[in-house]
Amino acid sequence: MTGEQLAWKIRRHGVEMTHLSGGSHLASILSVADIMGKLYADVLRVDPKNPKDENRDRFILSKGHAGASVYAALAESGFFPVEELKTHYQNASRLSGHVSHHVPGVDLSTGSLGHGLPVATGMAYAGLKNHKDYKVYVVLGDGECDEGSVWEAAMFAAHNDLKNLTAIVDHNMMQSMDFCEKTVALGNFEKKWEAFGWNVVSINGNDHAELDMAFNKQFDNEKPKVIIANTKKGYGIPFMEFDILWHYRFPHDGWEYDLAVNELHKIKPAGVEDPYTPNGIENPAPVPPGADIYNDHTTSATWHPNWKN
Amino acid sequence: MRDTVIKTLIEEAKANKDIELITGDLGFGVLKPFYEQLPNQFTNAGIAEQSMTGIAAGMALSGKTVFTYSIGNFPTLRCVEQIRNDCAYMKANVKIICVGGGFVYGSLGMSHQATDDIAIIRALPGVTVVCPGDPTEAAEAVTGIINTPGTVYLRLGRGGEKKIHEKIENFQIGKALKIREPKAEAGKKVAIFSTGAILEEATTAAQMLEEAGIGVEQYSFHTVKPIDRDVIAACAAKYDYIVTVEEHNILGGFASAVSEVITDLGEKVKLIKIGIPDEYCTAVGNQNYLRGLYGMQAAQIAARVKEEVK
Repeated sequence: MTGEQLAWKIRRHGVEMTHLSGGSHLASILSVADIMGKLYADVLRVDPKNPKDENRDRFILSKGHAGASVYAALAESGFFPVEELKTHYQNASRLSGHVSHHVPGVDLSTGSLGHGLPVATGMAYAGLKNHKDYKVYVVLGDGECDEGSVWEAAMFAAHNDLKNLTAIVDHNMMQSMDFCEKTVALGNFEKKWEAFGWNVVSINGNDHAELDMAFNKQFDNEKPKVIIANTKKGYGIPFMEFDILWHYRFPHDGWEYDLAVNELHKIKPAGVEDPYTPNGIENPAPVPPGADIYNDHTTSATWHPNWKN
Repeated sequence: MRDTVIKTLIEEAKANKDIELITGDLGFGVLKPFYEQLPNQFTNAGIAEQSMTGIAAGMALSGKTVFTYSIGNFPTLRCVEQIRNDCAYMKANVKIICVGGGFVYGSLGMSHQATDDIAIIRALPGVTVVCPGDPTEAAEAVTGIINTPGTVYLRLGRGGEKKIHEKIENFQIGKALKIREPKAEAGKKVAIFSTGAILEEATTAAQMLEEAGIGVEQYSFHTVKPIDRDVIAACAAKYDYIVTVEEHNILGGFASAVSEVITDLGEKVKLIKIGIPDEYCTAVGNQNYLRGLYGMQAAQIAARVKEEVK
C-alpha cells in the first residue's frame, strides 16, 4: 500500500471507529492521517512478526488522542487483525481512546500531552549510546507545543546531537477550544525550533510528495530534525475541517455518517478498497434544516474580554 | 455535577470580581456560560498545566481567588510541584477543579484515569481535598471552598450524576453528611462511608443491605482533608465494621485517611476497603464497566459487605 492509500484507509477506519464507539478526536485523526500513512507505508522499519525487535525504528504518537490513526496503521500493516479496530473504546477492548502499549507495535502509551518528545529523546539518546542504527520518530500536536516539557526535551536533543531523532508536528492549526493563534500564539514556529538548535523542514503535511521530500531531506550536521507538517484539522471531510466541534463529536447515524463517508469517497485513491461501505452510501440522509454544520464553535466566537481596552 | 459547579461559580464570580477561572485548554461547551457572562474573569493558559498553576498562584498572591480547571490528572499530577511550592506553601487562594475523578474517562485509557490523585494531593500540607458525592454537594462545595482560605482541590465526576440530596442544610467543608441511620430492628449493623461520585453506588448498596436486614449508618465524606474525625470516632465506637468506598486506589486515599483516624483512636473496628487495588487499570471500558471490574458497583459492594459480616 502507498502512503496515500494507507492514509485514506486510516481516515475511513477513523470514521467507522468513532461512529461505532462514540469516540472523540476524529478531526485530529483526519489531520494526522497522511503523516501516519507515510510513516507506516514508507518510513518506519518495523516488522509485524517481530514487533519488539531491538533494532526496529521507534515510533511515538505523542498526541495520543489521535490513537485511532496508529491503531488503523498498525492493523493495516499486519500487527493485529483489522477486524479488531471495531472494538475501539468498547468495554474489554485493547484499543483505548488514547494510545496503549498493550497493543502490538506500540512503543509508548500516551494521552497526556508533552510526554512523547522527552521519551523519544531518551530512546534516541540510548540508541546512540548503544551504537544502534535505529531511528526514532515522534508525532506531536501543535497545541501540545504549549507544554514546557516539549521545549525542555528539544534543548536536550539538540545539545546531544540526536541526529537519529525526527519530530513531526501535526500543525493542524487548532487545539482544544480554538485556533492555536487565538489560544496561546505559537508565533514564528519554525524560528522557535531553529532557535532550539533543530533542522527544520516546513511542508504541507497533507501532501504526500511534500511528506516524501521532508522525510528524505538530509542535513549536513548532527542535529535532530523537525518536520512542521502544516495540515488542516479535519482534513478530507470538508464539513469537519477547522470546526472544533469535531474534536469531540462523533459521526452519528444519519447525515453525519453518510456525508462523512461520501466525502471520503470523493478523495479515494485508486487501488484502495473501503472495507465497510465499498461504494459509499447510496442513498445518503440529507442534511436537515438547522443542522449544526459549518458553524463556528471556537471560544473566540463568543468570548469578548475587554480588560485590555 | 460539572455543569452545576460552573453555574454556581458564575453566581459567585458575578458577586466577587476577584474570582477568576483559568483553564488548561479544556472545557469545550462546559465553560462557555462562564466566559460569555464573565469574559474578563476567564483565561485560557493553553495546554500548559505547570504554567497555568504557577500563573494562578501569582494571580492569587496578587489579590485574586483563582480556580484552575482541567480534566483527569492534568490539573493535579502534571503540576504537583507548582501546587506544593507555589500554591500550598504560599497559602495562595488557588482552587483546583478536576473533572473526571476516577474512571469517568475510562474508555480514553490510563492517562485519563484519575485514580491516585486524592492520595498525592492529600499528602501536601495545607491543601484541602473536596470530592463531592452528587450535584447538590458539588454546588455547596463551590461556595464552601471560596470561603476556605488557601489551596483547595475540588475533585468532580462529570455530568449527569443522580442527585442524592434534594438540598443540604448547613453544609460545611470537613463535615461528613449523614445519608441514613440503621433501622433499630436490624440485626447486624455497619457504617458505610464514601467519597466522591461513587456515592450513588454506595447509597444503592446501603439500600440493598437494609433490605437484607443489615443496618447501615451511611455518610458522604465530601471532604477527605481535613477528614471528619468525629463521625469516624462515633462509628468506630458503635460498629464492628466500617466500609469505605472510593473510586481511587485503596492505598493512600480515602480508606487510608479513615484508617489513620481509627488507629489514632485505638478502636477495634474492621475496615472494609472498597476501591481500586494498587495497580494500573489496563482494561478499556466505560465507567460502569471498570467499576464492575473492581467490585465497585452497588450490588457488588452489598455482596462484599454481606460476606464480611456474616
